[in-house]
Amino acid sequence: MENIGKIMSLYVHIPFCVRKCNYCDFLSSPASEEMKEQYVQALIHEMEEKREIYQAYQVESVFIGGGTPSTLSTEQMSRLLGTMQNCYRILRDAEFTVEINPGTVDREKLVAYKTHGVNRLSIGLQSADDGELCRLGRIHTFDEFMETFQTARELGYENINIDLMSGLPGQSRESYRQTLEKVLALKPEHLSAYSLIVEEGTPFWDLYGEGSQENGSGERNIHTEEKPDTEESHDLSLPDEDTDRMMYEDTDRILAEQGYHRYEISNYARTGYESRHNTGYWKRHNYLGLGLGSSSLIDNCRWKNESVLAAYVNQNGICEKKEQETLTTQEQMEEFMFLGLRLMRGISYQEFDNYFHRPIMEVYAAPIQKGIAEGLLMEVEEGGETCLRLTKRGIDVSNVVMSDFLF
Amino acid sequence: MAQIDQSKIRNFCIVAHIDHGKSTLADRIIEKTGLLTNREMQAQVLDNMDLERERGITIKAQTVRTIYKAKDGEEYVFNLIDTPGHVDFNYEVSRSLAACDGAILIVDAAQGIEAQTLANVYLALDHNLDVFPVINKIDLPSAEPKRVIEEIEDVIGLEAKDAPLISAKNGVGIEEVLEKIVEKIPAPGGSPENPLQALIFDSLYDSYKGVIIFCRIMEGTVKKGTKIRMMATGAEEEVVEVGYFGAGQFLPTEELSAGMVGYITASIKNVKDTAVGDTVTDADRPCAEPLPGYKKVNSMVYCGLYPADGAKYPDLRDALEKLQLNDASLNYEPETSIALGFGFRCGFLGLLHLEIIQERLEREYNLDLVTTAPSVIYKVYRTNGEVIELTNPSNLPDPSEIDYMEEPIVSAEIMVTTEFIGTIMELCQERRGVYLGMEYMEATRALLKYELPLNEIIYDFFDALKSRSRGYASFDYEMKGYEQSELVKLDILINREEVDALSFIVHKDTAYERGRRMCERLKDEIPRQLFEIPIQAAVGSKIIARETVKAMRKDVLAKCYGGDITRKKKLLEKQKEGKKRMRQVGNVEIPQKAFMSVLKLDDK
Repeated sequence: MENIGKIMSLYVHIPFCVRKCNYCDFLSSPASEEMKEQYVQALIHEMEEKREIYQAYQVESVFIGGGTPSTLSTEQMSRLLGTMQNCYRILRDAEFTVEINPGTVDREKLVAYKTHGVNRLSIGLQSADDGELCRLGRIHTFDEFMETFQTARELGYENINIDLMSGLPGQSRESYRQTLEKVLALKPEHLSAYSLIVEEGTPFWDLYGEGSQENGSGERNIHTEEKPDTEESHDLSLPDEDTDRMMYEDTDRILAEQGYHRYEISNYARTGYESRHNTGYWKRHNYLGLGLGSSSLIDNCRWKNESVLAAYVNQNGICEKKEQETLTTQEQMEEFMFLGLRLMRGISYQEFDNYFHRPIMEVYAAPIQKGIAEGLLMEVEEGGETCLRLTKRGIDVSNVVMSDFLF
Repeated sequence: MAQIDQSKIRNFCIVAHIDHGKSTLADRIIEKTGLLTNREMQAQVLDNMDLERERGITIKAQTVRTIYKAKDGEEYVFNLIDTPGHVDFNYEVSRSLAACDGAILIVDAAQGIEAQTLANVYLALDHNLDVFPVINKIDLPSAEPKRVIEEIEDVIGLEAKDAPLISAKNGVGIEEVLEKIVEKIPAPGGSPENPLQALIFDSLYDSYKGVIIFCRIMEGTVKKGTKIRMMATGAEEEVVEVGYFGAGQFLPTEELSAGMVGYITASIKNVKDTAVGDTVTDADRPCAEPLPGYKKVNSMVYCGLYPADGAKYPDLRDALEKLQLNDASLNYEPETSIALGFGFRCGFLGLLHLEIIQERLEREYNLDLVTTAPSVIYKVYRTNGEVIELTNPSNLPDPSEIDYMEEPIVSAEIMVTTEFIGTIMELCQERRGVYLGMEYMEATRALLKYELPLNEIIYDFFDALKSRSRGYASFDYEMKGYEQSELVKLDILINREEVDALSFIVHKDTAYERGRRMCERLKDEIPRQLFEIPIQAAVGSKIIARETVKAMRKDVLAKCYGGDITRKKKLLEKQKEGKKRMRQVGNVEIPQKAFMSVLKLDDK
């Protein structure tokens, strides 16, 4: 039966991990078993309480992220997933991802996920070099990752993402290339490759944040301008800017050779395996966030959940919406642009027109022309549509381009 | 009010080094003489503006009249004229002193005599005022009243043995000060029958009453209906009202006569017509000659003021107009800068005056300003015999048309503890100072005398002095005159384009050093952009220093985790806001603070 209704995605946040990584500024921390159980109960309660409100929505994708969702026990995760299946209208062919970290999963957990409909895994690897992993504060080795990956394959997971990072302390272009090669040998369906950003409030900020160049956006790109000339240096400094950019270019080239295309600034996939869930964020599809600090966008209204763990648990998962705002047309346009441009396909003029009932050039002629003149944007005809997308250089400095689209 | 016996009037002021407690003592005098109840008494009644209270300095002269019932059973009228406390306002100080018959000298019991103590007390003695000392802050643990009394006697030659030892803050010893005022300050002279002769020592613009003239009647009488004439400016008007100064209010009265201090209003529209130091007389029965000492006050320091947001230009103009109503020493003229757009070249008495105006524009008028480097007035002698008074470095003629140039020189006195003499002499040397001599005040303190080019002290000399002496040096100066000097214009080129707002005049020997430091500073201030930006310092066509801002390689957001779009949008908004605070010069965006940061180059 064709069910004509509204569509949304679900994001579920699990704010726990075994140990906080040195670069991590996400809402996550180690917690006692007791706290985890209280949280799971509150989260289940939240799911149940909200079920009525979202009955009209069909769920096209689910993402259980963290933190490290796989720190929850098999039983806890089964309860969560079971409740979710009961409360929400998850489409049969929905993309259903759980984020896992090597060192926290075993065969039993992976089997349980599968039984509850999980069909995609996102594994946090970051690097194939154990020294680099150690410096990041990761709790696993590359071998442990291999074990996890192979188990997943054996259990029939046919859609796996691996998270990688470039620009790490002590990382060389060569070591990064080896990471890429080792990972590609496993033929994952999807790769996320981020370049490290040192965020305030993390141990890395204290180590690398000081005396670095402020880039104006509050985050810092911390790569030193010149690299000291030490051969085979095991120094722990960050790769210099040029190396960092070369790593980024290597990623694009090597992955392309192996049949992966970049569909978003930091995401690569074999054809057909682009993450639907993530693409939804860039295309401004509806999503409901459940759990601590999660974000939602439903029918042009954004809000966040309570982000204080104790408050969330004490109120049994039913808290006031935070930072709630109904997006004005202008704000919707801004988002349409700066989110849409993250996709390599870019934004379609036709879609803009259809959505806002105004030609894009009436609104954004100036920044578009400026971006094109500066070589940061380009117009491409594709399938009878005109698309605006970032050039290679535009990707490198995309903040500059995107901020031009804010009113 | 009944006729006041002239012999019961005391017109006086308080002189002190900054921070020695002048305003606090003034408050106590007002409080003890019962003019205000405690409840009405806001700390430091006389400092009107928020700025004055915050900075603890007096900018405009303030005056208050109060009645004191002395121990002899008589009632005395006290007119306390609070004078500005900064070298920038020296002329105003001198006019306020001229309105008094005596002065109280306050000296801090811990710090003793400072540079301004000396300058101010000599100024008071020059005006033939009877001065008696008061030792303040005796409550401080570090107070050494004995030593300070000796110092006053030795250095100034003022008898200080029976100086009241007080703590203005705690209200200790105030009675004694009040009795001393009666005893030591002479009653005013002059006759109410003589032709009117009144000294203007300040004026204030009131949107309702027009200009309010603060004056001291030296001779004669003035009342409603008197047709008055300002002798220097020639302005004539009929008096609408005369009166006294209450605390923060004006109290109308029948007439003001010789020996009194009060105000006159006469529907005058512009403070420029009532110049400080001018003499008010009766137009129908004028006095023989004006009072001595009037001079036209000239601006010493100039700088460009530009609205950060170009659209606010009319607002800036209106604000300057309003400030000028109350501040005859503020000058401004429209000017245009390629880098900064439309703005004004403004003239000030000194750097403090500049800062005050800048702060008032920002606070009271809500303007965001970009200020160019302050400049003094240079005299440019052209080969064709013409002399230009240069206030904006960009207007310097081509070197081939310049015969020679002159720059203003000041005589400076720096009081310093002996351990810092070496460092401070070094600083003065760096600033092209000419050593004139040194006097030991006592074993541990000395007074250094230098001649310094004004352009070397207007930037950050005071800060440098304080930091190199750990706050112990004090400083005072007065204009000496103009001297010939080897000056050049230093230009800054950003991405090979000259930025007019960053040009300044500098001595040729320091051009290289300043140019190098400016390039370094600008390199830190200018954020990376999409392309490489050379920053160069040039004298004429010769590049003397260069730095490069490398091109931005990467500025990209990593993941938008869990769909947290708001957070990422905030980052983009911050970036956009940052851009708004930039000035577009050619195709380079320069943060507004870069224009000001170049002023602070002394980083020792």
